Amino acid sequence: MKAIVDRKKCTVCGVCSDACPMGAITVGETRIDISDDCTLCGICVDTCEFGALSLPEVGTGPEEDLGLYSGVWVCAEWRDGSVHRVSHELLSAGRMLADKRSAPLCAVLLGSGLEENLSRELITFGADVVYVVDRPELARFTDEAYANVLVELIRTRKPEILLAGATSTGRSFIPRVAASLRTGLTADCTELDISEDGHLLQTRPAFGGNVMATIICPNRRPQMATVRPRVMRPLVIAGHEGRIENVSVPDECLKSRVEVLEVIPEQDQTARLAEAEVIISGGRGLRKGENFALLQELAGLVGGAVGASRGAVEEGWISPSHQVGQTGRTVAPSLYMAVGIAGAIQHVVGMQGSKFIVAVNKDPQAPIFDVAGCGVVADLFEFLPAFIRKIRQERGETS
Amino acid sequence: MDYFLTEEQKMIQDLAAQIMREKIRPVRAQLDEQEEFPWDIMKILAQSDLFGLYIPEAYGGMGGGILDNCLAIEKLAEGCIGIATSFAASGLGAYPVLLYGSEAVKQAYLPDIASGKRLAAFGLTESGAGSDVSGIQTTAVRDGDHYILNGTKQWITNGGEAEIYSILAITDRSKGPRGASFFVVEKGDPGFSFGKKEKKLGIRASATRELVFQDCRIPADRLIGREGMGFIIAMKTFDKSRPGIGALGVGLAQGALDIAVEYARKRVQFGKPIIAFQAIQHKLADMATKTEAARALIYSASRYMDTEPPDASKVAAMCKVFAGDVAMEVATEAVQVLGGYGYMQDYPVEKMMRDAKILQIYEGTNEIQRNIIGQELNKEYARLKDSFF
Amino acid sequence: MHIAVCIKQVPDTRNVRIDPDTHTLVRQGVESIINPFDLFAVEAALRIKDDTDARVTALTMGPPQAEEALRETLSRGVDEAVLLSDRAFAGSDTWATSTTLAAAVSKLADVDLVICGKQAVDGDTAQVGPEMATLLDIPYATLVRSIEWTSGGDLKVTRQTDEGIEIWRLPLPSLITVLKEVGEPRMPSLRHKMRAKKAQIPVWGADDLGLSPDSVGLCGSYTQVVRVFSPPRRSDRVFIEGSVEEQAEALYRYLKEAKVPGI
Repeated sequence: MKAIVDRKKCTVCGVCSDACPMGAITVGETRIDISDDCTLCGICVDTCEFGALSLPEVGTGPEEDLGLYSGVWVCAEWRDGSVHRVSHELLSAGRMLADKRSAPLCAVLLGSGLEENLSRELITFGADVVYVVDRPELARFTDEAYANVLVELIRTRKPEILLAGATSTGRSFIPRVAASLRTGLTADCTELDISEDGHLLQTRPAFGGNVMATIICPNRRPQMATVRPRVMRPLVIAGHEGRIENVSVPDECLKSRVEVLEVIPEQDQTARLAEAEVIISGGRGLRKGENFALLQELAGLVGGAVGASRGAVEEGWISPSHQVGQTGRTVAPSLYMAVGIAGAIQHVVGMQGSKFIVAVNKDPQAPIFDVAGCGVVADLFEFLPAFIRKIRQERGETS
Repeated sequence: MDYFLTEEQKMIQDLAAQIMREKIRPVRAQLDEQEEFPWDIMKILAQSDLFGLYIPEAYGGMGGGILDNCLAIEKLAEGCIGIATSFAASGLGAYPVLLYGSEAVKQAYLPDIASGKRLAAFGLTESGAGSDVSGIQTTAVRDGDHYILNGTKQWITNGGEAEIYSILAITDRSKGPRGASFFVVEKGDPGFSFGKKEKKLGIRASATRELVFQDCRIPADRLIGREGMGFIIAMKTFDKSRPGIGALGVGLAQGALDIAVEYARKRVQFGKPIIAFQAIQHKLADMATKTEAARALIYSASRYMDTEPPDASKVAAMCKVFAGDVAMEVATEAVQVLGGYGYMQDYPVEKMMRDAKILQIYEGTNEIQRNIIGQELNKEYARLKDSFF
Repeated sequence: MHIAVCIKQVPDTRNVRIDPDTHTLVRQGVESIINPFDLFAVEAALRIKDDTDARVTALTMGPPQAEEALRETLSRGVDEAVLLSDRAFAGSDTWATSTTLAAAVSKLADVDLVICGKQAVDGDTAQVGPEMATLLDIPYATLVRSIEWTSGGDLKVTRQTDEGIEIWRLPLPSLITVLKEVGEPRMPSLRHKMRAKKAQIPVWGADDLGLSPDSVGLCGSYTQVVRVFSPPRRSDRVFIEGSVEEQAEALYRYLKEAKVPGI
């Protein structure tokens, strides 16, 4: 299996050969050749301006009439009696997709003791139908029960597209749903769209965010995608109407081999990274734990939260609940200010979705400046106090 | 240079180097500043099977020789010789038992030392007996089934942290050179206590303490070898351990050299990286040449020492004196190459310079090493029949 | 008890970068490393082995050089390793990967616990663990930070979710995906390194696993990449210069104009 060359379109220009990360393409006098080193990554396909390269088709899986599938579904999440904001964001994205497919947008709400206002809320974000499965067995999340119920709904109602939040819950049970249905799932999409031939185009970062990949699931349904919180913009649709349908499922679906013994909500609320609109984040450049006080002061002034790089947490300067990055939390606030953070890729993947990124670092070569929209090369111990003074001054406060 | 090491020897190097990079380098400055004993790293070295490289398999070791041990010590020393000394000193404390202990004594102590479960230490030096070992005052008096030890040992590496101590004490002053014996004393033996931890110029992660024996009562079977063998055991122990001190020197010199070259390539003055200037090139050249020469000596000598040669003392002394002096020279020059930055604690070379000094002092000062070599030369040449004129 | 640990060899993403002129991936000198989360999975398995008489087998699906990654796990104390390698596996998405790994676990026959890392740092999907468990029809728990046992011999795991902590009980056989909190990966030991050097690592292909060609690799995948592109470069990057006071002033203006909340 390797990439396919359309010899009629190929001009032997060799651009693909330079692009190939495996060095699998050799350029001869009259033709290019692709060796067995090809890993089907697809990078060459995009670089060929003549469209001469393509990848073989993926499998079709079990026989099925794909035309039977229609509708865009969003698996909504709730916590402590309220809808998780990722559901709003997904519904807004789903609304756009449903309109393009001229299909209804449905939300699925699974849980126990679900009040009607939750469903109403989903309707205001664009849901035409809300399917509610309200059973005591769903009071606490377990992968098996939630997945089996969703699979049951999907098998009976056949949506064409299913979106879910890439929360710790979603990332846990949605793969089980996809595997049970023998369909494709793309995680952490940053963009969703419909192609000319009606496929869901799922775009996500690859190689730690250094490249973007667009993925399709051509031969199986539903096409499934998860999206991280704060990536899509939520849009209320004033006056939107929809209906609520309570669905019953067979008792079989609700069984779980796993027993939830205890649920302990996060005690350390001081981080509040997920909800913060502004995050002021510190790294090893702060040199000492006491210096986080500077960030706390600034965060306090702007109503923001304090974040940290893994380095700062490992030094013991701040608790792990503040850690942003690949092994910490992923955040996407309106403003992310990285102070004294070098910007290793493991940190950047945790915050690159932020709307505005400002970096403060005395090393102009620090990689953080590649991802920051605004860079301040300065000694943070001088800059931060000056910036804090400026804010206070503008507000007419004395420092 | 390729020294044509075996697969297993390269594995030892790779493993020690990995531990040095991932575990030692990140903490060396802090352990040095806090004067904190590197227990975490000792545990890692134990779990990695590195403590028993030179101990026979019958006692739970890897059955290797002096070279295998030196390879590990050298790599660890590239990171920090305070930490590497703590590791190597356990070997020093083990050698009297390994070389002269009865089967029962070996079985009692070597397995734990080989597995790193317990650290060992070597107690010889006293306030009045440094280079002049014969001046020791600690006594061991037989009392039925026990010996009673009285005296104070000074500046003992791993003192207070180790659990197994090889102690040299006078058993019969009238017998002169045959008047001392070695004993194993364990932490917790009645009458055995420790003095305060010393504050040192360098190797501050290594723990250095007084050992105090006040009517310290130990079972008689703790005697190593026979009464009167003490000074011989000490000399033979040093023959085995001195190449290891040489390895500490080679490692430290290499670590200092690496930093100096990297710095010289990056630091730009007068429009060029300073490595472009001959003054710096010559310094680096001398540093590199000396380090390689020291390494070649240690490796060759270590292989040779495992054959139990007659001139072991001379060769061991050469390893220790040469590598120790090289380490001090290279570390000092490294600070010079880094200039002002070299003087600052933000950079590792000032610590290396402070650390290196001890290599010229402990385990027999470099002056004593030169005495040994000079005296050995005298004896060797006395036996030759030919004249060189 | 028999524990299977699934690992993946990934490019060291710290060094993967886009050539600014050609906008293509530059991979010269990029090393392959064991996916960091999988090192935690190996450590979790070894800690169980420290306390019990468990056997640990490491598995990986990859090209022939993935064998190095398996030897690395042996050098840390893993008992056996199997390489799943076949040209037919190329182009696998997470579904095809899970199919292949699940078939290997089934072939090992007496596996009580499968441990995976939370996610691979090159894909970041975190899908393979749950999909494998679904295929093997065993219960699973993701985001595990600590592992204990009930008196009845069931697994008792602590999960780290977005909201806090959850404690779950799972009967064996089951699968877990783990976080760094399960423990600092141990260094290799000399004895294990020597054993790893000599160890025979069998290679299983699609035939050995009883998998038809259309169930693995690209043919067995349901998703495929249609386009790869470098993210649009921020054309609006600014650097704020000047004295500290001037920089503070300029940043304030910048954020005020951007209508950033809080400023």
